[in-house]
Amino acid sequence: MREVAILGIGQTQFGELWDRSFREIGIEAGFKALESSKLSSKDLSALYIGNMASGAFIDQEHVGPLVLDYSGLAGHHFPSVRVEAGEASGAMALAQAYLAVASGEHDFVVVGGAEKMTDVPDDRGAAIASSTMDQEWERVFGASMASLWALAARRHMIDHGTKREDFARISVLDHENGSKNPLAHFRNKISLDAVLAANPVASPLGMLDCAPFSDGAAALVLGPLESARKYTDTPIRIAASQIATDFVALMHRKDVTTVESTVVAARRAYQRAKIEPSKIHLAEIHDAYSIGGLMALEDLGFYRKGTAGKALSDGEIGNGARLTINSSGGLKAQGQPFGAVGIAQVVEIVRQLRGEAGPRQVSGQEVGLTHNLGGTGATSIVHVLTRVN
Amino acid sequence: MTVARFWRETLRRYNLGASKCPECQAVFFPPRSVCPNCSVHRKSLTKMEACQLSGRGEVYSYTTVHEAADGFEMQVPYVLALVKMAEGPMLTGQIVDVDPKDIREGLPVRATFRRLRADGDDGVIHYGYKFALENGAAAKK
Ligand SMILES: [Zn+2]
Repeated sequence: MREVAILGIGQTQFGELWDRSFREIGIEAGFKALESSKLSSKDLSALYIGNMASGAFIDQEHVGPLVLDYSGLAGHHFPSVRVEAGEASGAMALAQAYLAVASGEHDFVVVGGAEKMTDVPDDRGAAIASSTMDQEWERVFGASMASLWALAARRHMIDHGTKREDFARISVLDHENGSKNPLAHFRNKISLDAVLAANPVASPLGMLDCAPFSDGAAALVLGPLESARKYTDTPIRIAASQIATDFVALMHRKDVTTVESTVVAARRAYQRAKIEPSKIHLAEIHDAYSIGGLMALEDLGFYRKGTAGKALSDGEIGNGARLTINSSGGLKAQGQPFGAVGIAQVVEIVRQLRGEAGPRQVSGQEVGLTHNLGGTGATSIVHVLTRVN
Repeated sequence: MTVARFWRETLRRYNLGASKCPECQAVFFPPRSVCPNCSVHRKSLTKMEACQLSGRGEVYSYTTVHEAADGFEMQVPYVLALVKMAEGPMLTGQIVDVDPKDIREGLPVRATFRRLRADGDDGVIHYGYKFALENGAAAKK
């Protein structure tokens, strides 16, 4: 296996993009990534696309060749692979593309993530979003995604003394960062009081604990690290790409206050990257629901179980603090186009490591982590990225 | 959910049909054909024993749902819970006939046969289990 580097990054606006189609945003992100490197489309030999539910959202399956076709590449006849892993489809596509380059089968590939979610009404969107839970034994009894995370939140409060305000702070942080990201779905700041007073969705979670449905796409160009300098001045090394899985239904997990797949994926990733979580100060974490962000801080090994809430209220977590999370705005503020999330997280870490994050730049970081989750934690994918000196 | 898809699981949803691993004695709901506790699949594959849950359990976690899942709009606000059954398995289900303010972890509950969704994609009424407080002490009616 050889080392793999990120040579280019691209991202579209996230939000309600009524005037843009699925294929348009996919192509925009892909070519932005390609244009940010010195590669041309003829250098590519494969395309990977993370997408969760195009069939349900826009009645279009077979989106691998569709995006390749409208990228002007149909005549090259190279493989285009659509990858699905629920909301972790983006990071799963990256993990597959990484293996393809690491193995030597492909040299240069584009890996993108895209989701077009706002062509359906909100209630239909929520139903599609619920398709990553167990349909027969959760959904049929009236479970929504928010309600399952609420069950985890309530038990976290019971077992670990976590307070309602603790996870509300995740949403406040996301909006603070999103206000500095021109590509974010939401650019308004919100107060802790606003999160606590928002309309209830599934107690203890309210409307501002839940990430929006967004349209958007993001893309990366990958290649072998050994020749990376030919194509970019600032290659970023993929030091670890690790996937872990668990029971699909929340009720079957060993402990609903821990996402075990995240614990395992992170442990494997730290081992592979030869790094301790205490040495990582920059991360993009999956917080489709605020409590999920709090649990990720613990499950990724940044804080012991039951202590992330205090760290949040003590101000240890924030842009430029001991741990910077979701400088992009995270899922809550940057937005949540399912298949694009995992790629956009990596795009943001690359910007930070290259010093290209503008007003939200955090100084002096050599390493960053991304955490992308499918369902309520049946899939977790962790990537560790480092500067190349 | 289509008629056939719902009908297929009625035995489990109506009667709490579960399965038991002959090797480690663990009980699973819904029934499984392979035991996830026993790492060697040959110890349990084709050997899982059918059994039935008593319907008794206690509240492990709970939420009051205000934004309904698709098809449950008429029921808001409703209480959804994780219920730890006496035999071991954890179930997801609603708790009915109770003021949401009265729900606490540890309360004893019993499964009760109810209408789940009045009107599915196909207009068919779906039945299955919900839970009610065991002693009725905190019940409204
Ligand atoms: Zn067993």
